[in-house]
Amino acid sequence: MPGQTPFQTIGPFFHDGLSWEGGEDLVRSETRGERIAIRGRVLDGDGKPVPDALIEIWQANAEGRYNHPEDHQEKPLDPAFIGFGRSATQQDGSFRFATIRPGRVPGRGNILQAPHINLGLFSRGLLRRLVTRIYFEDCPENSEDPVLALISDPARRATLLARRSAGADGVVYRFDIRLQGEGETVFFDC
Amino acid sequence: MQEVFEYRREEAGAQPPALHPPYASTRKRAPRQPPVRLPHSLSEITGPLWDSSHLRPGDDDLTRQQQGEALGERIIVTGRVLDEDGRAVPRTLIEIWQANACGRYRHEVDQHDAPLDPNFIGRGRVITDAEGRYRFVTIKPAAYPWRNHPNAWRPAHIHFSLFGPAFATRLVTQMYFPGDPLIPLDPILGGVPDPSARLRLVSSLELEASVPEWALAYRFDIVLRGHAATPMEG
Repeated sequence: MPGQTPFQTIGPFFHDGLSWEGGEDLVRSETRGERIAIRGRVLDGDGKPVPDALIEIWQANAEGRYNHPEDHQEKPLDPAFIGFGRSATQQDGSFRFATIRPGRVPGRGNILQAPHINLGLFSRGLLRRLVTRIYFEDCPENSEDPVLALISDPARRATLLARRSAGADGVVYRFDIRLQGEGETVFFDC
Repeated sequence: MQEVFEYRREEAGAQPPALHPPYASTRKRAPRQPPVRLPHSLSEITGPLWDSSHLRPGDDDLTRQQQGEALGERIIVTGRVLDEDGRAVPRTLIEIWQANACGRYRHEVDQHDAPLDPNFIGRGRVITDAEGRYRFVTIKPAAYPWRNHPNAWRPAHIHFSLFGPAFATRLVTQMYFPGDPLIPLDPILGGVPDPSARLRLVSSLELEASVPEWALAYRFDIVLRGHAATPMEG
């Protein structure tokens, strides 16, 4: 049995290699669902911005179906939505996505999960990918989500809740990622 | 009811920890809390899939993406992408990026005092075929200094980014070259706990894939996580 290829850091020079146009915009005009913006910053153990991280997101469509052959649910696919996005952080550690609010997808034992966006983070100084999830603070379904239930400390669980604000150009969810120290974001062994 | 399988978990000796103090910049960026183990659901066993519409002509030849030919030793890099059961991973996107033949990236943050090559961008993309094979042409990158410790130089390497079939199989790694004396000194490669697993990142010279009097070939096979043994009802 061949052994797993080890992970190595993405380093500081990935931008040309991993960029493509529209990486931060997951929606087209025909995409179905409620438009939302995700904005946040990546901060290190000193609270300083991380200017050279790459954030990737993967999410279900508005109906709660993933655009992937392993998702056999009888829900419609949206031909105008793939569900993958990529954003490299700026000098102030900020990243942004324009997407739609995902629907609910089943978890293990067919318990419905609350709407969430899967997030992978890569950076210089990280020898591996960090995985976390974006949940939405104003979602009543959060209280029955089986993954949030794995985190007993409410303060830690709150690090996965994006904060809603209404901007001039629509609903914005704020999701800061603290890599280390006070308020450290919950990361998953995925 | 949908049947959901799990992917195998990370192989302990092969995957580096977040905190590896010899690699200095892990000290302020590595999380200190243990990660929460996430049971795999549809969210983890699905992921973005790709086809050749994402490629542009010339993405698989980094030596001919500009007006003239890139300077340096032309090489072929080839291999297979497999899972832990030895099954091919077909039609998966591989993105690569690298320094030029002088050890310099075409990137504003790279201020190393070595020349840029106007004919070398240093990025490429390929998609594996039905048997998981890939192949691209590039120039051999050089070592370059970094500030991790006195006389720190990265061994020559090519960055690889792969998706595999699911969010759980995502891999970003680096390929090294056989016989490089910097390999045992490198704290990034040294972050891999098991020394034998480090060797998986060192390519091998592959004369069978070389083109006589044109380019030597290096072979780099990549193994992504496979399915866990027992399928479970989701």
